[in-house]
Parts: sequence; C-alpha cells; structure tokens
Amino acid sequence: MTAVPNGHDGLITARGLYLSFGAIPALVDVDIDLWPGEVLAVVGESGSGKTTLLNVLSGRVAPDAGAVLYTDPEGEQHDVHTMPAPALRTLHRSDWGFVHQDPKQNLRMNVSAGGNVGERLMARGARHYGTIRAEAIDWLTQVEIDADRVDDLPRTFSGGMLQRLQIARTLVTHPRLVFMDEPTGGLDVSVQARLLDLIRTLVARLGIAAVLVTHDIAVARLLAHRIAVMQRGRVVETGLTDQVLDDPQHAYTQLLVSSVLQV
Amino acid sequence: MTEGYNFAYLDEQTKRMIRRALLKAVAIPGHQVPFGSREMPLPYGWGTGGIQVTASILGTNDVLKVIDQGADDTTNAVSIRRFFARTADVATTTHTADATVIQTRHRIPEKTLRDNQIIVYQVPQPEPLYRLESSRVETRRMHGLADYGLMHVKLYEDVARFGQISISYDYPVLVNQRYLMSPSPIPAFDNPKMDRMPALQLFGAGREKRIYAIPPWTAVRSLDFDDHPFRAINASEPCGLCGATDSYLDEVVIDDRGGRLFVCSDTDHCAERRAAGHIGKDGFAEAAE
Repeated sequence: MTAVPNGHDGLITARGLYLSFGAIPALVDVDIDLWPGEVLAVVGESGSGKTTLLNVLSGRVAPDAGAVLYTDPEGEQHDVHTMPAPALRTLHRSDWGFVHQDPKQNLRMNVSAGGNVGERLMARGARHYGTIRAEAIDWLTQVEIDADRVDDLPRTFSGGMLQRLQIARTLVTHPRLVFMDEPTGGLDVSVQARLLDLIRTLVARLGIAAVLVTHDIAVARLLAHRIAVMQRGRVVETGLTDQVLDDPQHAYTQLLVSSVLQV
Repeated sequence: MTEGYNFAYLDEQTKRMIRRALLKAVAIPGHQVPFGSREMPLPYGWGTGGIQVTASILGTNDVLKVIDQGADDTTNAVSIRRFFARTADVATTTHTADATVIQTRHRIPEKTLRDNQIIVYQVPQPEPLYRLESSRVETRRMHGLADYGLMHVKLYEDVARFGQISISYDYPVLVNQRYLMSPSPIPAFDNPKMDRMPALQLFGAGREKRIYAIPPWTAVRSLDFDDHPFRAINASEPCGLCGATDSYLDEVVIDDRGGRLFVCSDTDHCAERRAAGHIGKDGFAEAAE
C-alpha cells in the first residue's frame, strides 16, 4: 500500500474492514495504515463511508468483519474492538482525541471555556485548580482565543471560536492521535483558512497523527501527508497527497479532482 | 401494636428483598443498588426510602430515633417515630446515645455514633451526577468506569465563578476511593463525620428506587482541589441557647426587626448541653422552664 516497509509499526493498522447497514455496504474490504505523526485525509463524496470509517477506526462502531489494531506508546498492540470498555474509554480521554464537525456535540455549552478545556485534564486525574486553569488559559491562547474569555460560556462564542475551543479541549492532554470529522465544515472561507492554518501548525508542532475526514480536496491538500479516496465504501486510491491529486489514477479520483472549481 | 399489620408494616417478602439489596449495597460501598420500592403511607419526598430501610432492619429489641433537620420534634420525625411505635411496638427515644437505629433527614447527629448503631438516611436524589448528565445510561457507565471528571468540572466552575466551592449541602463524596456518592442533602458540615464512622450507614431513595450503603470504618472523602481544599461551612456565632461553637447551627428569624437567633439544629445535643449547665447568650437554665 505505501512505502513504509514494516506494517506492524503503524499507530493504527486496519485490515479487511467490512460493515453494512442492512443491504447498503458502508465499508468494503478497507485497509488503513497510519503512522505516528502522519496526517491521513479520507476524501470522497457524501455517503461514501468516510464518517463510518472514522467511527470504526475510533472504536465507536464495531465492524461486521475485520480488525483495527492500535499500537500504544509502549509498542503493544491492542484490538480496538475487543479491548475492555474502560481501556477504550481511557484511550479516548488521553491518547486519542475526536474533533466533530459540530463543536456543540463535543463541548458542554453550559460550562465555561476554561471548564471545557480542563475537563479532560480532570478526567485524567488533575486535582490542582491553579494548574488546570493555567493550562486552560495557555491552550486558549494557543488557539487564538483571548485569555480573558476563559470564564465565558461557549454560547457567547462565534462558530469559528467554538471550533477552536473544541480543538483546544481535544489537544490539552497532548493526544497522539486525533480523529477529525470535517473540522472546517459549516464555516465561512476566511475563518476556514485561519482554522486550517492553526490545525496545520499545531499538528506539526506537537507531532500528532490525525485521520481527517473531508469532502474538500483543498483541505486535504493543505493538511494531509497522505490521502485515501473512498467511493461506495471502498478505498479506490491511496497515496501521497500531491501524488494522488496531481496524478490521479482511478477514474473516480480524476473526476473528483477535476470537479474542483478553479477560481 | 396496631392489629392487622405485619411487624413494622412491610410484608416479610418485601423486607427480604430490601435486605438482599442492603447486603449488596454494603458489599459494594457507595454503589446504588436498585430495589422494588413499595407504596408507603406517606408521600414521596417525606422519607419513603428511609422508612422502608428502617422497616426492614428493625427488630423487636431495637430503640428507634428519628430526626428531621436535626430535630426530634418536627412533623416528619414525630410521624415516622409514631408509625414504628404503632406498627412494630419498638421503643423510641430522642437521645442519640440510647438509639440503636437512627433514621435521619438532612443531618447526622452531633454525638459520635458507635459501632452498635445504624443510621438510615432519607435520600431524595441518589445520583450525584444528575444535574450534570441527564442520561441515566450515561451516568451508570460513568460509575462503572469511575469516570468522574465531570463532577470536578462542576467544582472548577464554582471556583472560577465564586472563588470557592459553593456547594453547601449534598456535597459529593468518593466512597472507599471508588464510587462517587451523594451523601443525601446533609450540610457539607456533616461530611467529615461520614469518614471512617463506626456505625453502619444505609441510604434509601424511595421514589428513585435505589439503596446504597457505607460499611463501618469506610473512607469517605469529600471531593476538592489540592489548592481549594474542602471546608465545612458553619455560622460564625455560637449557639444562642447552649453556647456550643462546634455544632451545626440553624438561623431563626425571631422578630420583624431583623432579629436573628442561631441555635443548634440537633435538638437533642442542645438539650443535653443545657441540662449539663451550658447556657448561651439567649438561653436560660433548663430548670427555669
């Protein structure tokens, strides 16, 4: 599939994933490899199985067949779908992060920005108010939210700010792997550009691996090292971002690339 | 004893069911055990959970004390005490030291309880996370995985907004380093008394159909932050009647000109101190009554 020789060193190794919703196959024979520090974009049209793939990789939905293996920092491999629920929960609140398209799904709207950012720290056992608050303020500044808004409720924030707050809340525990589901969806173009710039900087600086689901080829080109193109539940093409986008091999990828508006 | 009722009102099968729930609750300190709560001859919120637990553990030799907000002489306390005097013919008392079973609403007696006593709490809402997470499926999962970050978010919000943890009653505790538990609406002042208490503590929530327990000598820790430790809040004045400075005080309005009187909420404790000759600034000697 890719140039990396040893398939067992991957952060995430998924083999033979199959999942159908009734008669509709959502995932068919999907293999995914993700290496530490790498950003993988999953692109495709609506209904091609991108979000389902994200849910299966993150252990939120069990596949009908196939397995997802996660390699922890100690080098031990875990099957995401057979590991005990508490272990998966621990992964989700420390090593992993999930960024939703709609920040309201992830944020607590009746809890201040600082509380939202601090929650993962407290879930992990932080019990010093001063430290939690300092870290929350530090992260708000990193995502370009004014430090004096730390006690404001998220419902007073704009859409772009909410998305940045969600990113701060997710990254505060320094996860190794972040799943992003259309992180720039529903934002206007200038806000999108700032957000993409922010995500790119943070991901590069912290060395976070990410699986990024998007239908926007431009987002994929800007953020991703590698790209996987999905159509009707199958990964039809995968490779380095520039390679796939500049020289698409599969007919569907060619269609996808050529249908981007050139302004 | 009133004819036509089983001993202590409940039928024996129901008592067995409740005792089984109690045994499980004692085995897993702080864990909420579901039970088949029965209709009782008093409304929900008046102590239907506590009264069922009391009925199930009461024996003929027991001496029962019932308090409501610390007082032995309020409607709820008087009614429940009389209920068991009539249906079980057990001895009742107002003296904490003489009682073997103490049913309580909103207080723990000031006098330290002994290892041959049982305290039964009336609980309106057994789920400590209910204001924060509306789904019971989710809160059960959180208890199962000991995932209590959310409770600390509430404490964080308090400190961020008010500069201190502002919970004054029903202050959440961690039992035996494992389960997050609602101590029922007792004042935070009483929380330290639960820690390593020699007496068995039983909690009954009738409407919510849950029983939980703290076995004797179990560690009970009030949640807090390292830099904002738990503080028991109390009135700054001594009791007006007995002069006690270490008991929990009620503030009573005594006239329409802003007059205030602080008195012990534990009436038995106050009466005992006055009988021993302690007199506060608004008090009078017992004999003068």
